[in-house]
Formats: sequence, C-alpha cells, structure tokens
Amino acid sequence: MNPAPMVALVGNPNAGKSALFNALTGARQKVGNYPGVTVERKIGRMALDDGRPLELVDLPGTYSLDPQSPDEQVTRDVLFGRQEGERTPSALVVVVDATNLDNHLRFVLQLVALGLPTVVALNMIDMATRDGLEIDIPRLSAELGVPVVPTVAVRKRGLDELREALGRAVGGGGKAVFATGEPGELSRLQREARRIATAVTRQHRQTNFWTQRVDKVALHPVFGPILLGALMFVMFQAVFSWSQVPIEWLASLQAWLGDQAVRHLPDSMLRSLLVEGIINGVGSVVAYLPQILVLFFFILLLEASGYMVRAAFLMDRLMSGVGLSGRAFIPLLSSFACAIPGIMATRSIDDQRDRLTTILIAPLMTCSARLPVYAVVIGAFIPARKVLPGVGLQGLVLFCLYLAGILGSMLVAAVLKRTVTKGGGGGFMMEMPKYQMPVWRDVALGLWQRAYVFMRRAGTVILWVTVALWALTSFPKAPDGVKQSEYSIAGRIASGIEPILRPVGFNHALALAVIPAMAAREVAVSALQTVYSIDSGDDEKLGQQRLATRLRAAWPLPTALAFLAWFVFAPQCLSTIAVIRRETNGWFWPAFTLAYLFTLAWVAAGITFWTATALGL
Amino acid sequence: MRLDQLPLHRQSRIASIDWDGLSPREARRLRELGFDDGVAVEALHHGAFKGPLACRVGRMIVALRRGVAASVIVEPA
Repeated sequence: MNPAPMVALVGNPNAGKSALFNALTGARQKVGNYPGVTVERKIGRMALDDGRPLELVDLPGTYSLDPQSPDEQVTRDVLFGRQEGERTPSALVVVVDATNLDNHLRFVLQLVALGLPTVVALNMIDMATRDGLEIDIPRLSAELGVPVVPTVAVRKRGLDELREALGRAVGGGGKAVFATGEPGELSRLQREARRIATAVTRQHRQTNFWTQRVDKVALHPVFGPILLGALMFVMFQAVFSWSQVPIEWLASLQAWLGDQAVRHLPDSMLRSLLVEGIINGVGSVVAYLPQILVLFFFILLLEASGYMVRAAFLMDRLMSGVGLSGRAFIPLLSSFACAIPGIMATRSIDDQRDRLTTILIAPLMTCSARLPVYAVVIGAFIPARKVLPGVGLQGLVLFCLYLAGILGSMLVAAVLKRTVTKGGGGGFMMEMPKYQMPVWRDVALGLWQRAYVFMRRAGTVILWVTVALWALTSFPKAPDGVKQSEYSIAGRIASGIEPILRPVGFNHALALAVIPAMAAREVAVSALQTVYSIDSGDDEKLGQQRLATRLRAAWPLPTALAFLAWFVFAPQCLSTIAVIRRETNGWFWPAFTLAYLFTLAWVAAGITFWTATALGL
Repeated sequence: MRLDQLPLHRQSRIASIDWDGLSPREARRLRELGFDDGVAVEALHHGAFKGPLACRVGRMIVALRRGVAASVIVEPA
C-alpha cells in the first residue's frame, strides 16, 4: 500500500499557519526534528471527505525561498524533494494573511511558480472584514491561477472547503522547478504582488484599529517598559501562588503512595528503593510540574497574543547596548522555561555571531528546572511574609534570583561581543503581528506538549538518575556509628570535590547534590531528599518529614544563599550542553560554556557566602 | 527626508532606498518586509533612548533600527 500523500503547509510567519495546522489535524500530531539540523518537524494526519488519508507537514514560517537561515533551507529542500527523511509533497497549502496581501502574495507567487498543485488558504478573513477590507476572491484566484479558499483557522471556518479543494489538488502531479532568488527578482515579484493585492482589495476604512490603539500604550516609551515589567512581575508571582494547591495535591499523593508501599511490602532493599529512591525522588521533582506549567502558560499566551514581538521592540535598545538585538529576547525569554527550546529558537537570528552569543548566554536565564531547587531552598530559609501588600518576600527573593541571571547574562554578552564573538551586528528588523485573542485550544495543546516532555523526562532521565543515586548513596552499607551518606560511593566522590566547594560554604550534602544535578538541575532536590531520608534510617515517619525542615536544621543561612547563587550560574544540565554542541557543530563552544559558567558559579557562590557570613546572617 | 527623521503619523511614501548603504542581509530583509519605492509608509512609534522605530509599510507594521531607517528616503504622500 502506498503511504498517504504528503501535503506541505507553507506561509509567511504570522499568517496563522500553526493555528490552521492544529485545526486540520487536531491532536493527531507528532513533533520531531529534521535530521542533522534542529528545525522542528511537525507532522499530523487528516482525512479528506472521501476518506483518503493525508499527511500534513507544517513547514517553518518563512518570507521567501532564499536560504538565509536553517528554517528557510529546510522549507526549500522539502519543496524541492531534497530534504532527507521527507517525501516530495503531493500538494501545497499556502497560508496567507488576508489583511496583509500586499506582502504575503509575493511568497505565494514564488510558491505557485514551483508548479506543484497548490491551494491558497486566505486566512484571517474575518479580521480583513473587521478592518474594512473587501477581497475579490474569484479575481484573486484567477490572477494566481490556483484555487483560493477563505478560512478562519482559529474558528475552524472554511476547513471543509479547504479539504475539498485539497482533494482535487492531490494527485494532480507536477514537480517543483528551480527558481532563482535574484534581488531584482524579489522586487519584481513584490511589485506583481502589490499589483494583484491592489486589484483585488477594496479598503473601506483605516486598518488595524485595535492593534494601533493597544500599541499606543504597549510601545509607549514610558508606559511600554512599565507594562512589560509589570507583566513579568505578575508572571513570576503567579508561578508561585497559582501552583500552591496542585503542589499540595501532588505532595499528598506522594505521601499516600509511600504509605501504601510501606504498609504492603516487607522491609527490604526493594522497599527502600521504591520509597526512598523512586517515590520520594521522582515525586519531589514532579511536584514542580504545576509551576512549570504556569510559566509555560504565560509564555504561550504572550506568543499567541502577539505581545512577544512588542517585548522585543522594547528590549532592543537595551539588548543593542550589549551588542545583541531585540530578536535575542524571544529565545532568551523562552530559556526561562527551558534553555533547550530557547537555544533552538536562536535559529531565527540570522547573524551567526549574534546567534552564538545568544546561545552562550541562554543557560544563564533561570530555566524552570531551577525552580524546584529555588523553591525548596526559598521555602526553607526565607520567611513567608509580606513586605508590601500583595508582594511576598519569597516571591521577591525569587525575582532577585531571576534578575541576577539576567544581569549576569548581559554582562557576559557585553564581554563576549568585545572578545570572542566580535563583529557581526545583524540588526533588528521584524514584522509586528496584529494582536489576537489567544486560541485556548492551541494554548492547551502547547501546554500538554510541554507537560508531556517534562513527564517523559521525569520518567526516564530523572528516574534513572534517582535510582542510580539511591544505589550510590546506599552502598556500601556503613558500619554502625558512621554516617551512611559519608561512607557510600557518592559520599566518597563528593569528598573528592568538596575541597573545591568548601571555601564557598558548601557542605558534604551539597557537594553530593551537585554531582547528579549535572543530569538535570531539579535532580538536586531529589538528591538532597535521598541523602537526607537515607540518613534518617529505618523510621519511615521521619523519612517523610518535609525536606525543608531538614534543610533548615542542616544548613546555616549563608550556605543556603550561596547554594542559590551557585544555581543561578552553574551549567548543571547535560542536555543543554548537548544542544549547544549540536547547534554550534563542535565541542569547542559547549566546553567553553561549561568552563565559564562553572567559574562564574563558584565566584558568585563565594561572594554570596563571604558577604552573608561577614554580615552575620 | 529620511524615515528615521519622519515625524509620527505623517502619511508618506518611500521615494528611494539607498540599497548600497545597507548590508546585503539588511537589504534582503527590508525587501522581504515590503520596503520598495512608492510604498506608503507612516512612522508609528519611536523607541526610547534612540531605540528602534515601528512604522506601517503597506498594511504591515514593521520594527527596524534607526540606522537602517536612515537609508529609506521618504516624501509626503
């Protein structure tokens, strides 16, 4: 049986391509990568009205077919049937923004010239109507020589008609012909696009009324930055306050599971592994899923609403001060959730030196994996009182930790741009999309994909590291009167690195927690959990005591603060290092990242510890 | 007048663009975003401290830095 025909979804950024992809395929999608490059490959399945299955590929949003960035290269290669691991498309769906035909039609003309069966989805047609634009669709279709279907992807309108047109297009045959990308050619197509757009569009009144209204405030030189700061502040306060209740649910679930295991299993190595290794270890990491989801929720919302680019506009002046562009702001902001998607998002920066600088400082953004560590230490050492109405001290300390990461990264970027990544200067030029009401279904889908990735990580990497650590801390068995955590294999490794960390206030348990946290930062929490619950011996009641209480008893305040400072900078994430290797094509930059970040972490922890000690905290 | 000097909300038109004063990458991006002779343009926002500027080009809002905007010569519509 022949595989289902493949249809490629192509279009300019901000045309609503992803929304259309979600509307056509629902949740039946797979997200992966093209081999060798880190361009996201999204495929989904859909069925035509006559039951024929189709495979839909969502290509990266690009402005043209001239390969300037990896995104554009992949789009081009897929269309010409040259992309490894992808079949030649049987048809194209070109998504255009009905309110911006002047510009989007140029790319359509370029794509139609390829000679593949093509259907144009005239998306956001409702916005065009609202903006007072009237589009002569039969005329547009005649000018382009391909069927044009009006759609509103976010409201699932026009999908039946689109499927019908696609059914006729698939099987039409045709092979992409090579098109050149001379600058003169671009201008010619642009003029042709404008001619068609003018011919088919009638404008009744001023466009983008609401967007311009909102931008008056959002891009205002004074109110704009205030609004941005306020949004960021609310976001980080919400990360703590909204997640309280679900975290408590997860904690009671974990306690219940532990109880059940203790009640039904005989006291054995296996029970110890299950309760102390798996349930407590993995549980203490999964407990932070609510916070990670709240953070992703805000980031997805900012992206979907169109505000993210406004943030880039506001940040460009500041970023250019350290030699970067506002474009770096989006990858860096994504790095607050996780450095891996953030580093991958740097693909959209066309200047290679700017991109490298952004990759190198992305690990300094406070990723969500640091949150569990911060949350435990802040929860244990910083009193939960209000400094101002609505402003908790714990949230304030968290805010400061985020700020430390940001300021550190700016400093590093400024130094890098004057030394190793000197030159370049890609500038800042971006389309500002219209504001849009986020589509809750798309936000929910995005959140689900993030939750899934996190849980899969918890189920694999974190589970194995937790089990390995349990083994390292449980064997060999310490004789009576000797502390198990000191006597074990892990204890001996930790003793080896302890002399390096001792001057900055780290005790043995901390040195021990830092080792497995190389796999993933949040493992530091389960490592501490494991270390301390094993020391509590056989008493399961004591073993279930909150980690916070134990930390308070074990660490002086300066040590706790130094630990926080360490985690602001330390490159405790092998996955990030692996991604840097892949994105920079070699071992030099990942090694450089490891070296400079560990040095910074040690210095920061040291300064914090010495200052706090001197102040008598 | 240069686009970076154009007062806000004055309906204008691109008279010419000094393509040679731009890097090839900047020139390409500018073309892709619809900058061309004769296109309607209006400055909408100026970023603080000589930050970027946002302008309407055709039906699209585009953000660009003042250095690049200086290569775009505008005339009253």
